[in-house]
Amino acid sequence: MLDVKSGDERSFELLLQRYRTPLVNFLYRMVRSREQAEDLAQEVFIRVYRAREEYVPSAKFTTWLFRIATNLALNSLRDHRYQKLEMSIDAPLTDSEEGDERPFEVADKHPTVEQELVEGERKKMIRHAIEKLPEKQRAAVLLHKYQELDYAEIAKILSCSESALKSMLFRAYEMLRVELAPLVRQGKEAK
Amino acid sequence: MMSCTKMEERILAYVDGRLKDSERSETEKHLASCAACRVRVNEFRSVGELLDELPLMEPSPAFDVRVRARVAAEPVKQSWWAWLRPSPRIAFAASALLVATLWIGYRSRPITPDISPDEADAQMMQDISVMEDHDTLANFEPLKELPPAVDNADDADDSDHQM
Repeated sequence: MLDVKSGDERSFELLLQRYRTPLVNFLYRMVRSREQAEDLAQEVFIRVYRAREEYVPSAKFTTWLFRIATNLALNSLRDHRYQKLEMSIDAPLTDSEEGDERPFEVADKHPTVEQELVEGERKKMIRHAIEKLPEKQRAAVLLHKYQELDYAEIAKILSCSESALKSMLFRAYEMLRVELAPLVRQGKEAK
Repeated sequence: MMSCTKMEERILAYVDGRLKDSERSETEKHLASCAACRVRVNEFRSVGELLDELPLMEPSPAFDVRVRARVAAEPVKQSWWAWLRPSPRIAFAASALLVATLWIGYRSRPITPDISPDEADAQMMQDISVMEDHDTLANFEPLKELPPAVDNADDADDSDHQM
């Protein structure tokens, strides 16, 4: 980021390449719309570019980046709250949404149609469990689980104390444990 | 002995492997004697594994193009002296021009001789035939009334006669 600050355009390109996928995925899991997630991610990069001259490396770059992303996502969810209320949480995802998530790994085994359906249902259940979390708890879980940020960084991003964050994460994982109980039991039985 | 409430504060850090050694051994002591907390720890681990099952999504190919286009459309923000920064050559040329201007200005200033007004008048009278058009001055009536110029040698003779 310091290279971007000194006017090196190639460094901004490197930032874009490095953070585009984690950022779009974080925002997608926050707002559940690919189009909206990409729009928000673009906005994050533009804000980073605009603020490059004022950037002071007082915190880690990822903390700063995800703080911008989290604030944009929470504002966006707030703005779309009424619109979102009209949508049923159980409404089937559109084809384009289902197709959004393309696993990087290519399956070498060919699953049967039934296995694919079971797998699809399982993922849908996990996504819905995350979606059911209150927004701030959702952001905390996503930053903790997928970005692997430490507690101090997540606390800075969410503007709360570290102990408040730990309590928030505990409540979130408790809720996920309850929501995902059938899958958790399946896993136990399989072991 | 650690309580189950205390365990709630630590369970996630324990599952993440982020506890200090002393905290971890205290937690493990509690887990050895509390079945409910053991179940919870195992289920927290299972939840983590389930979350890992969600695949990553690749941004659309148009994403990078749109970001680059928006960055290119950003207005260039520069401070008044920022134009000097990208080119040290321009800065050097500007400095050299400034120094040259000051030097030429210093050299071409009028030089006032350090002589008294009387000496300056005598000097002017000596140089006047060279400086002015001699014919014009020779025919200038008021100048004819002036006594003729006297040589220094004559002055010396005169002074000898007086003595």
